[in-house]
Amino acid sequence: MKALSLQMPWLPQRSRQQTGLKRWYFSTWLVAALVALPVLSVFYLALFPKENIWQHLASTVLPHYLATTALLLLGTGLLSALLGISSAALVSLCNFPGRRYFEWALLLPFAVPAYLIAYIYTDLLEFSGPVQGMLRDLFGWQTLRDYWFPDIRTLGGAILMLSLVLYPYIYLLARASFLEQSNSLRDASRMLGCSAWQSFFRVSLPIARPAIAVGLSLVCMETLNDFGTVDFFAVKSLSAGIYDTWLNMNNLGGAAQIASMMMIFVVMLITLERIGRSRQKQFHGSDRFQALDTLELDGWRRWAAFATCAIPVTLGFVLPVSILTGYALDNLDQLWEQNFLSHALHSFSLSVTAAVATIVIALLLAYSKRLHKQRSLQHAVNLSSLGYAMPGAVLAIGVMIPLAAFDNGLDSWLSNTFGISTGLLLSGSTFAIVFAYSVRFLAVSTGAVDSSLSKITPSMDMASRSLGYTPLQTLFKVHLPLIRGGILTAALVVFVDCMKELPATLILRPFNYDTLATFVYQYASDEMLEECSLAALLIILVGIVPVIFLSRTITATRGQRKATH
Amino acid sequence: MSKISRTLSSAVLATVIAAPALQASAAEVNIYSYRQQFLIQPLLEAFTEETGIKANIVFSKKGLLERLKIEGKNSPADVLLTADIGPLHDAVEKGLLQTLNSDLVNNNVPARFRDPEGNWVGLTTRSRIIYASKDRVKPGEIASYEDLADPKWKGRICNRSGKHTYNLSLIGAMLEEHGEADTKTWLEGFKTNLARKPQGNDRTQVKAVKEGVCDIALGNSYYFGKMITNDKKPEQKAWAESVNLIFPNQADRGAHMNISGAGITKYAPHRSEAQQLIEFLTTEKAQRIYAEANFEFPVKDGTPWSPLLKKYMSEFKQDPVNLQRIAAQRANAAKLVDQVGYDN
Repeated sequence: MKALSLQMPWLPQRSRQQTGLKRWYFSTWLVAALVALPVLSVFYLALFPKENIWQHLASTVLPHYLATTALLLLGTGLLSALLGISSAALVSLCNFPGRRYFEWALLLPFAVPAYLIAYIYTDLLEFSGPVQGMLRDLFGWQTLRDYWFPDIRTLGGAILMLSLVLYPYIYLLARASFLEQSNSLRDASRMLGCSAWQSFFRVSLPIARPAIAVGLSLVCMETLNDFGTVDFFAVKSLSAGIYDTWLNMNNLGGAAQIASMMMIFVVMLITLERIGRSRQKQFHGSDRFQALDTLELDGWRRWAAFATCAIPVTLGFVLPVSILTGYALDNLDQLWEQNFLSHALHSFSLSVTAAVATIVIALLLAYSKRLHKQRSLQHAVNLSSLGYAMPGAVLAIGVMIPLAAFDNGLDSWLSNTFGISTGLLLSGSTFAIVFAYSVRFLAVSTGAVDSSLSKITPSMDMASRSLGYTPLQTLFKVHLPLIRGGILTAALVVFVDCMKELPATLILRPFNYDTLATFVYQYASDEMLEECSLAALLIILVGIVPVIFLSRTITATRGQRKATH
Repeated sequence: MSKISRTLSSAVLATVIAAPALQASAAEVNIYSYRQQFLIQPLLEAFTEETGIKANIVFSKKGLLERLKIEGKNSPADVLLTADIGPLHDAVEKGLLQTLNSDLVNNNVPARFRDPEGNWVGLTTRSRIIYASKDRVKPGEIASYEDLADPKWKGRICNRSGKHTYNLSLIGAMLEEHGEADTKTWLEGFKTNLARKPQGNDRTQVKAVKEGVCDIALGNSYYFGKMITNDKKPEQKAWAESVNLIFPNQADRGAHMNISGAGITKYAPHRSEAQQLIEFLTTEKAQRIYAEANFEFPVKDGTPWSPLLKKYMSEFKQDPVNLQRIAAQRANAAKLVDQVGYDN
């Protein structure tokens, strides 16, 4: 760059910088548009339904779908918030036995796919499962007519299963927010006469609210997207309506309309979340390098706190993983099945590639937004995050459309001009899967990278740029080292999500290609979980490593704490 | 740097251009399959052994038709393999298949299990039958699908989701036989008779009979064989032993039949290999593998049943209606399920 300015002294400094900035601006829009293509394709499909479905739906099952979806969202939202916030508050603000272990253990259920936990609990709690069997032996009951036992395959069961694996989103964000808070605010509230409880509800919780809202919106989107669990539990939510319209009524356009409607709802959620986050700026801890005071719990309170944290970890992780391990030990011969390791390798390499790709894209989008304080770029970012709100199988269709259009266009151009046929290059390749993952999970990484970047004061940029660094150099030399933690967090969350991803992988994959998740699905969908328990266990184990990393990164944001009364 | 990258990119380009050409030359056949891999793997291995043609497969329970359609004329897929008539019918409607002119196949597969226009063929057949509790249902007490709506069964029947493809085909068959108004009345009665909200798969229903949740369950015929021979999960033997099998409507039109089937894709790059595969799958050798592994009935009339099938079931009267007509009713069937609120 220096050489360039020497060679071209007539070029004014500012215009050269503006060309550079323009390049950022256009490349951002280009990338955002590419990422948005699949979602736009689904909108396009929605324009051409085979027949109008709404009249039929509205007069029959739509009220039921909507009510079920609303209850599912409400129930999962409330329960995950309850589990996530209470445990995050306890491990961040109080001291009790086992707290240091719970800090990371509370994140473990994040590694367990929702469809797996649903299968496992059904095996455990159904009539022929061990729990009811034991009860029958104890009380001498014979058939279901002799006693009552809650049915797991219900709306309530689905809410419980989804909450057990989704609450870590809220825990993660709430905890980070509690750790950021200043001691002085709480001290002031206590001096003004608040009890510890009052101080929590009047000061700590309101400050953490924006972060909790972000976590909650992620939980809601995951719940809306879920098909595996609700299908298995015969809970008829909107996603059941999407697949029914698509597959049973052969009306993909109609299905795309329902999916688009759901997406509008999610856009509203995201907007709410953004409004919430914009308030977050007012409350920034000034003393984050000073240790956070924790409240030493005593007597029964210690054990109540212990139980509050132990329950989600046990139900969401320890119990299901032990059962799965039991299955795996009984079926160790799976290990010798020819392709087991290659499935694992596929899962791992796809997830790593997608994690890196989403981080690069998220950095581009977030940094570009920082360079140009323009509303249009915010729109570009919003547009590119929409993929998160779409059921995976529908998104897969949206991914195929632009890729195949590119492949077929290139093929016909090359055949016409050079007589070479290239066939399909991107469609049906691993690229298609990585593309789908990136589109699907970009929202997660953009959120994390964006919020880390926003914590860096703009004066850093000004200093760096006035000392001669280009925007790119500033990013690499100044910002990246500062937001390493945030980037790592984002990458790890995306990695774990990709390991678990199923519907898009199934549809888009190349011939003779399995990941751990598709391999598990083949058997688990036929209720033969034992046959694939080892692969299922591996999905979870690979997910644990990043989860522990994640927890350490967050703990490191705050200096060593000291306990006080 | 730039020299290296130029060399690299031209190498990549060369590979990319050469790769499809190489693929096309080897003897292979590419399958988009709605059936699970582990079910058809033994058949594909036998096919490769016999012909030397390598079989490649992508399995998914949804989205493969769309993939075929979107990929268009460059799609690598040669054969569409399904576990039900539904996707085959939709594929024809979308213009994704081509006609298969094989005397061998036409000889092996009776006309009612083939598309009248030759776009698809059935490879195996199964019936949707009634599993009745040995203790609580007397022989002869229920004999037809129509009986499922009889008020005497109130709160005594279990079934999986009405939207499941197997049930949609059965409801489609009822629509074909009785027309919309009568079928709706029947489905309403059937719904009233359910012991619980539809859930789980076909095995789950038989298990529920064993557990006393209900007295009658609806299920595909092959599940009986898979349960009664299940050494890995012996509890399933007990489920199967608790029921009698009833092949419905033996006094009139016969039991409702469904197929697993296949068709050759419109732009199949390996047309002849695709035909060889489908022909192979209709031969007696392949049919025996199907029957042994999955307890499905041979598609060809008059084929002697394997001893394993014979041990548990006897031959029965099949509904002779062409499956094409049933498949055409499936969308209507799905709407009827909504109207009746069958799954709610």
